[in-house]
Amino acid sequence: MCFQQKMIHSLFLINCSGDIFLEKHWKSVVSQSVCDYFFEAQEKAIDVENVPPVISTPHHYLISIYRDKIFFVSVIQTEVPPLFVIEFLHRVADTFQDYFGECSETAIKDNVVIVYELLEEMLDNGFPLATESNILKELIKPPTILRSVVNSITGSSNVGDTLPTGQLSNIPWRRAGVKYTNNEAYFDVVEEIDAIIDKSGSTVFAEIQGVIDSCIKLSGMPDLSLSFMNPRLLDDVSFHPCIRFKRWESERVLSFIPPDGNFRLISYRVSSQNLVAIPVYVKHMISFKENSSSGRFDVTIGPKQNMGKTVEGVVMTVHMPKAVLNMNLTATQGSYTFDPVTKVLTWDVGKITPQKLPNLKGIVNLQSGAPKPEENPSLNIQFKIQQLAISGLKVNRLDMYGEKYKPFKGVKYITKAGKFQVRT
Amino acid sequence: MTDSKYFTTTKKGEIFELKAELNSDKKEKKKEAVKKVIASMTVGKDVSALFPDVVNCMQTDNLELKKLVYLYLMNYAKSQPDMAIMAVNTFVKDCEDPNPLIRALAVRTMGCIRVDKITEYLCEPLRKCLKDEDPYVRKTAAVCVAKLHDINAQLVEDQGFLDTLKDLISDSNPMVVANAVAALSEIAESHPSSNLLDLNPQSINKLLTALNECTEWGQIFILDCLANYMPKDDREAQSICERVTPRLSHANSAVVLSAVKVLMKFMEMLSKDLDYYGTLLKKLAPPLVTLLSAEPELQYVALRNINLIVQKRPEILKHEMKVFFVKYNDPIYVKLEKLDIMIRLASQANIAQVLAELKEYATEVDVDFVRKAVRAIGRCAIKVEQSAERCVSTLLDLIQTKVNYVVQEAIVVIKDIFRKYPNKYESVIATLCENLDSLDEPEARAAMIWIVGEYAERIDNADELLESFLEGFHDESTQVQLQLLTAIVKLFLKKPTETQELVQQVLSLATQDSDNPDLRDRGYIYWRLLSTDPVAAKEVVLAEKPLISEETDLIEPTLLDELICYIGTLASVYHKPPSAFVEGSRGVVHKSLPPRTGSSESAESPDTAPSGVQAAEQPAVIPTQGDLLGDLLNLDLGPPVSGPPLATSVQMGAVDLLGGGLDSLMGGSNTFAPAPSTTVPTTLGAPLGSGLGDLFDLTGGVGTLSGSYVAPKTVWLPAMKAKGLEISGTFSRQVGSISMDLVLTNKALQVMSDFAIQFNRNSFGLAPAAPLQVHAPLAPNQSVEISLPLNTVGSVMKMDPLNNLQVAVKNNIDVFYFSTLYPLHILFVEDGKMERQMFLATWKDIANENEAQFQIKDCSLNADAVSSKLQGSNIFTIAKRNVEGQDMLYQSLKLTNGIWVLAELRIQPSNPSFTLSLKCRAPEVSQYVYQAYETILKN
Repeated sequence: MCFQQKMIHSLFLINCSGDIFLEKHWKSVVSQSVCDYFFEAQEKAIDVENVPPVISTPHHYLISIYRDKIFFVSVIQTEVPPLFVIEFLHRVADTFQDYFGECSETAIKDNVVIVYELLEEMLDNGFPLATESNILKELIKPPTILRSVVNSITGSSNVGDTLPTGQLSNIPWRRAGVKYTNNEAYFDVVEEIDAIIDKSGSTVFAEIQGVIDSCIKLSGMPDLSLSFMNPRLLDDVSFHPCIRFKRWESERVLSFIPPDGNFRLISYRVSSQNLVAIPVYVKHMISFKENSSSGRFDVTIGPKQNMGKTVEGVVMTVHMPKAVLNMNLTATQGSYTFDPVTKVLTWDVGKITPQKLPNLKGIVNLQSGAPKPEENPSLNIQFKIQQLAISGLKVNRLDMYGEKYKPFKGVKYITKAGKFQVRT
Repeated sequence: MTDSKYFTTTKKGEIFELKAELNSDKKEKKKEAVKKVIASMTVGKDVSALFPDVVNCMQTDNLELKKLVYLYLMNYAKSQPDMAIMAVNTFVKDCEDPNPLIRALAVRTMGCIRVDKITEYLCEPLRKCLKDEDPYVRKTAAVCVAKLHDINAQLVEDQGFLDTLKDLISDSNPMVVANAVAALSEIAESHPSSNLLDLNPQSINKLLTALNECTEWGQIFILDCLANYMPKDDREAQSICERVTPRLSHANSAVVLSAVKVLMKFMEMLSKDLDYYGTLLKKLAPPLVTLLSAEPELQYVALRNINLIVQKRPEILKHEMKVFFVKYNDPIYVKLEKLDIMIRLASQANIAQVLAELKEYATEVDVDFVRKAVRAIGRCAIKVEQSAERCVSTLLDLIQTKVNYVVQEAIVVIKDIFRKYPNKYESVIATLCENLDSLDEPEARAAMIWIVGEYAERIDNADELLESFLEGFHDESTQVQLQLLTAIVKLFLKKPTETQELVQQVLSLATQDSDNPDLRDRGYIYWRLLSTDPVAAKEVVLAEKPLISEETDLIEPTLLDELICYIGTLASVYHKPPSAFVEGSRGVVHKSLPPRTGSSESAESPDTAPSGVQAAEQPAVIPTQGDLLGDLLNLDLGPPVSGPPLATSVQMGAVDLLGGGLDSLMGGSNTFAPAPSTTVPTTLGAPLGSGLGDLFDLTGGVGTLSGSYVAPKTVWLPAMKAKGLEISGTFSRQVGSISMDLVLTNKALQVMSDFAIQFNRNSFGLAPAAPLQVHAPLAPNQSVEISLPLNTVGSVMKMDPLNNLQVAVKNNIDVFYFSTLYPLHILFVEDGKMERQMFLATWKDIANENEAQFQIKDCSLNADAVSSKLQGSNIFTIAKRNVEGQDMLYQSLKLTNGIWVLAELRIQPSNPSFTLSLKCRAPEVSQYVYQAYETILKN
């Protein structure tokens, strides 16, 4: 007889200070001591983000993710696709977020019974059972203040006692009998620019990560078609399972019966460099003098290919070298902070007005006697541009079939900086 | 009103309090109490003492309460098996409940309770649930079969659940199909021999249909199952690929990667000239790149897999270099992987960009990353010749920064650049020497010493430099010591006049004052070489070194092919086959890429059929067989790239060295080790000479001319599986030649012709020495006997079991595959008789953990009969002794690949059980040798 377990054997939730605050075992109980290997790796990694996601121990493998200051550490015993586990763990975190409004230690502890019920519902013997939020919510009702009050008075429970309707249909993502008085369908086209800009200001690498997030509140079984002005932009796409792939292949139209509520319809990537406009430029002069314990810092941010729209929400963060003790700077706009412990400089710029470009300059104080820092800090820039999809993607029209009512439709565009780095 | 209140009980009497509440009459109070119990469970508190009280709450109409009790039961039933029985009735009743949710819940929970007594009661409800009208119940029941199989495999087989599960593959509901596939795959994993997932074009078609309709998780199970299928020709492979490609656009990265695995595997069967092949290559790039924009944990796994994919098919991502550029805030584990892939993709076209990036990285903060970046610059130089000069100047710039670890890394890689481009960049040596003092890491020190020794004639003060290292000789690591020894010997050979003292000093340090056998051996060898024949010493020590290969870190091709079959799994993350690290993987089947078999291809070219790509580039890497012998090979090679001076002498016959050769060398050195130092060089000549003599003395003990034992023929390929072709056969060895004796029988109604045969790579390189000759077409009901000569010069791949041979036979109808186990004694060579002295030395020399003991039962032969019987199969008795009434036979045998096996066979006159002790440097073979003994002695 052998005790093998496919997939996830156990799950431990660990907070940043290293306390195991929840454990769930899908088969036999694995001792908490297995997490010691994880703590060891965590110690070695120094930074929480740097803990390797797959750790091998003499008898188990630990596959973990780090989300919202919580480590989700799963214990597995046999060969298993790690992506499967990682995807599943992210799905667990998503579900907590969805149910409790936040995925935090407090929220999980406050709802520990629901958490346990959810975990049991999501996985059976290593096989994911129900991970769609729609189905889960029919099986286990999310907590609301009202319901917990009502429950405690009437003694009714938060566990559904009928089989979720979507569970086995061909459209498992949608429940039957959805009803709204106001029928609405909103689409947010959100694009993030990932870029590396080198010292001289030229683009080393740039791509756009786009998503279309949808909020669909439509009664019945609506069948939607979404078409674009320029669908050819989308050649690298990942779809929500509801999308009919064949239609897309042949007509470049997104045709689908939507899940109810919020969901991500597609994500896409636009990479050929000439298509990626860089909406801001940064002029910088950061230098450290040899043999003197100071340096100069001078950064200006200005708008570039921004298609006539305003660049706002601009924030610059810089990880200064260890030798930097303090910084005495003046900002022409916004405010700056420097944390002498983490050495992080944050400049909250706000909106860029082309007439008066924001500038931050002044003196850097170095530890006396320390050698001149070798590394050049990278500038991380965040920004937002409303009403613009930087790739140029535009929705043409949305049609609805299968239902008679007239829905209210809306599309919103927004461009943001993703991992946007300027080397100095 | 949150659940955190459940945690706030007083410590004292907590269990007692809960007990009271659980037995309360009030429903509400009961439920609250159970919730408290569950809350305690979630933080790892032991609440098993409450078992009977919680079980009492099970009979309830409240579904939530029922679920909570079930949750509790699953956790603790194992520790309270007798109590758990109390729950059985409720389970059985719940399995009949009109609500499908409750039926499913009951069968699911019962399966999770790993108590033998409960499983008996589970069978009937499970049987019903597998045929339930509700698909939700069926799909839950399918998983339950896998659970039950894990607890009691025999029971599942006896009850016929496996067949029911197989039927579910044809279920009308795709979720049921997916779960049935998942359950069958899991069961099949623990029973590799069973033919549970009998995949054929019909069932594949069903799976592909279900693939489109089931959930993302189900898709992963189905794709992983598809990947194990072997399409019959390129057309079928293509049609499966076409139906799998839409999965590449799935939002779930695990689905994407499983789809990539199927495509990478089946692509192997497609001809590169096909239009579709090019299309597929293009389709693979975007999804792989997209994986890199996911969460860092996903990126990491994706990168490890991409690393394999770019090694196998670099063309897929050759234009995507930029996506692997490192972002400043990537986690370190992502950074390191990206760097690795950047180097793999580096080519003349993009090298300028890559170098600029690498230089940027070399000034970052993270030490590990910076080191790897510097190393990467060196690898670029070696990989792209045109960039070498640029790389060297970049490295010199970095050395100027004087950042300690950067300098050390730079020196290590510059040494490699010298190896690759000799006599080109020596002008930088002066700069390197300036930094001698700052080197404190063994690898950097060893590299620097190597450079000084190698270019001693151009460095004026080479002797001073080396002497300075010699002062702290005993505090250095082995790597540095070995390198220093070699470098000084090189120096001596180049400038003999002024360095005599130095060389004597290092030789005596190495041979007398060191307890490291590697160092001592190397010291003695140099000493003897120098004292007997300085000219030969020069030839050996200063021999021209082979250029280092372009990429020393490429995964060995057969392993790479195997890993490609494991894309997306842990094996792909660790770059090791599952058999190497998964616990309890006794029966893991080695996967291999399918050979290309074109539907239109004519039958006459079976020998050219094996997967073309691997044949194209077979760098001189140790084959997987090296697992067996790796430790031996590593014995004296020191740091792999630093150019062991013995390289040339090692080549004198790898086989001899691996087999007995080294033993005699070692045996020899034992005899003279204690000799006083001053006389050593002179007295050593003789023993060494004879030692080396032994090395080549393979003539002793030529085997008898009669053949080895031949087993009767058995059916290897039944007619049912091969469209009417039945193959039975056996193996034999006669006068040094191995053959496979086959009987081909045509049990079909049509004539068979165009026979051809081919072996997969195997542990000992067995391969047909001639084509399969069937002179006339084989008419229905006709048989033909053929003896196919074999040799052992084929490609080597370690198989599991070791003696497994996979064979493909082709005729005008189709290609058929089967595998068979060959008895190891066909590999026992005729010159396997070891000399007595050598036997003794070797026996002592092999570590005790390499000894394996076996019992041979019910054998009534006496010692002499045994001896002569074994001799017939090339197992040679070297000595026979009688100890306390028992006969001890000391025997030796040698395998075709030079592995020696030594045996001690103990025979007691009154006892029909023999004890066999085997010692071998490659203990993996022992078990098979034992099997050979059994076979020979009992027939």
